[in-house]
Amino acid sequence: MLLRFIKKTPKISFVENRKKFYILSLFFAIISIFSLWIKELNFGIDFKGGLLVEIKHENNIELEILRNNIAELNYGDFTLQKLDNSNDNFLIKIELNSDMKGNQETLIAKFKEKIKNNFEGKVDYRRIEYVGPTVSKELIMTGIIAILIAIFSMLIYIWFRFELPFAIGAVLALVHDTILTIGMFSITSLEFNLSTVAAILLIIGYSMNDTVIVYDRVRENLKKFKKLDTVSLLNKSINETLSRTINTTATTILALLALFIFGGNIIKDFSLAMIWGIVIGTYSSILIATPILLNMKIRITNKESEE
Amino acid sequence: MKKYSFKFISSIAIIIFSVFFAFPSLFDLGDHLPNWWSKNKLKLGLDLQGGSQLLLQVETEKAIQEKLAIQTEDIRVELLKADIQPQDLKLVNNIIFVKVNDDEIKKLENLIKENNQLEAEYDKGAAKINFTEQFIREFQSSVILQSLEIIRNRVDEVGTNEPIIQVQGKQRVLVQLPGLENPDRIKSLLGQTAKMNFRMVDEKAMSLLGEKKYFVGSEILEGDDFSVNYIVKKRIGVSGDNLVDANASVDQFNRPIVSIRFDSIGSRKFADLTAKNVGKRFAIVLDKKVISAPVIREAIPSGSAQISGNFSFDSANDLAILLRAGSLPAPISIIEERTVGPSLGQDSINAGVISVIIALSLVLVYMIFIYGKIGLIANFVLIINFLFIIGWLVLFQATLTLPGIAGIALTVGMAVDANVLVFERIREEKILGRSKISSINTGFDQALRAILDANVTTLIAALILFFLGSGPIRGFSITLGLGVVSTILCTMIISRLLINYFYILNPNREIEI
Repeated sequence: MLLRFIKKTPKISFVENRKKFYILSLFFAIISIFSLWIKELNFGIDFKGGLLVEIKHENNIELEILRNNIAELNYGDFTLQKLDNSNDNFLIKIELNSDMKGNQETLIAKFKEKIKNNFEGKVDYRRIEYVGPTVSKELIMTGIIAILIAIFSMLIYIWFRFELPFAIGAVLALVHDTILTIGMFSITSLEFNLSTVAAILLIIGYSMNDTVIVYDRVRENLKKFKKLDTVSLLNKSINETLSRTINTTATTILALLALFIFGGNIIKDFSLAMIWGIVIGTYSSILIATPILLNMKIRITNKESEE
Repeated sequence: MKKYSFKFISSIAIIIFSVFFAFPSLFDLGDHLPNWWSKNKLKLGLDLQGGSQLLLQVETEKAIQEKLAIQTEDIRVELLKADIQPQDLKLVNNIIFVKVNDDEIKKLENLIKENNQLEAEYDKGAAKINFTEQFIREFQSSVILQSLEIIRNRVDEVGTNEPIIQVQGKQRVLVQLPGLENPDRIKSLLGQTAKMNFRMVDEKAMSLLGEKKYFVGSEILEGDDFSVNYIVKKRIGVSGDNLVDANASVDQFNRPIVSIRFDSIGSRKFADLTAKNVGKRFAIVLDKKVISAPVIREAIPSGSAQISGNFSFDSANDLAILLRAGSLPAPISIIEERTVGPSLGQDSINAGVISVIIALSLVLVYMIFIYGKIGLIANFVLIINFLFIIGWLVLFQATLTLPGIAGIALTVGMAVDANVLVFERIREEKILGRSKISSINTGFDQALRAILDANVTTLIAALILFFLGSGPIRGFSITLGLGVVSTILCTMIISRLLINYFYILNPNREIEI
């Protein structure tokens, strides 16, 4: 029994309806940028600097009492979060006041002392992360550089393997994916940290992967069907690869869902970012990267290169 | 079969390789494995096995400042030797400022020229002197290497298993301590410069303590217990550099003490100091704090001494470690710490394993639903691919991190892409009216180009992550990159072999895609 979503090569008018999708994308991009403008990303300590502590206490702890105790330390603004809805497992993120930064050993020692003195029982420090201000600034820079290098290398690679118009189309799609992913983090206030940057890089890689598959087919069809008009040709290429696109996206999202549900707190946000990015990346490969080729005269370039 | 012998042999090789290296890590086979079987297991990152990672900043500027201060005094001596009376000589904003009489400027210039560590700007009888850039660079790197050595000594003294200590960038040292649950002790050891020296207490000035704030040739130092301040001569009697050994022990009243031994130069200096100053107090100074200031009862010619102070057994032990390991040439500060306790590490391993198993199962089921029998081939290849990735990780002893596990799960999702591309292509070729054999062959050949082109992009992303990322993220890039390469190999070799075997060699079987 074969349960296929697509039995025959479909004939969906993607390219004909491109304007609607451009407007949709533009709309989301504007919302993303607007959201970033009025509201800062919820940076994790990787990028903001500070102290993160996850504790698991032998006994149940009253959230409010814990909050007061941490407030008494006077380290700076902090968030306190119950993990897995339990009353003994907490995640504390402290933004250190500028004059607190520096003497890292005493900061943590005092914190532990406070917990020890005020809560009876054994404490398990499951995770302690401290990122100093110089390191966090560098990490931001490295993150931005990594994303730019990724987009730039894709530009060069597609240019090298295809033609310049393809490279431009692909990069437009990548910029689109990046903006919408970062925008999603801004709108939902999900924590933006090092693994988010890793997720964005991977989304760039994945979206590119999808785009290349369609482009490869466009290139092949350009040679095969010299008389076909470009709109139909692009549409044909998308439809021919659609079955593959759907299946690969489906298996990848299945794997990511497993990570999202069972992978634990640390990679939950990462998986969510990836799921979102893969949907966006697939969408942009089909509805941005490919139709945009229409505006760039791929045929002439193609013939010239053959001559 | 002859035509496919290369693919056949490669396939067998890949499968054997995968099983050989991956099995010991995936299944707890213990002693059931024969002797010749690989015993290596996956190397887990700090986030999975638990442990602590510290990034230390070595404040080399402070060492340079200190060096400049000494240089200033050296210049003073040099000038006197050359019969130059400086009108002014001071250290301002890390530049040595000298003013001499106009007729002596030439002499000063020559003096500076002779010293290849220094360079100077001259302006009307005054000179601004600084170290040459080359000297600063060399000095900085020597400070870093020295610090690395001392840090290693101190970490080794505490005795953790297999610490990794390496220089990172120009002035940083990365310390990884696998399995260490609580890095507090090591952190407090690393946080101290541990410059020790023995100096005389300025007894005359001590009587004026509290009335005056400045004393020529002496300085006010805090006592270790913060209760008393001491006025101590700046001149160093014996330096801690001359120590050869230090041990924690107890005195006759069972109080913790630290016994020290000097080298020959130190012994002589210490003997001199004690002989000349019987009845006076000398201060044992550690990082600008007075640990204790005992009265010298008699000359000590042996070169050994005992330091008693406000010690607990632990702090006496720590001091002994610090003295044995040597003092840092520059202060260091901890600028990043990532510590994962063993319980979270184990939880992460469990969560990672469950998600990989579920991801794998979901994809396997999906493939059978969509592609039927030929999906089974894709599934078999997927499992080999999975083992192949694990096998490489074990062989290279690459570090597996939690994001690395996520990378594996993701690879599982993306790995079928290559097979999907091939299958879809075969299906299209069939629709175009090609024969079964021709569809299969064209399908593979046509898909290969797309597969390569598409996977290079993921590989580029993985490479960027590898070079710019650190720690767990780097682990992610490793599994992702390996996954891409392994997927292409497995699809082009094993999938093709199996499809040939099942469909081409069996003329009656129709391909259903």
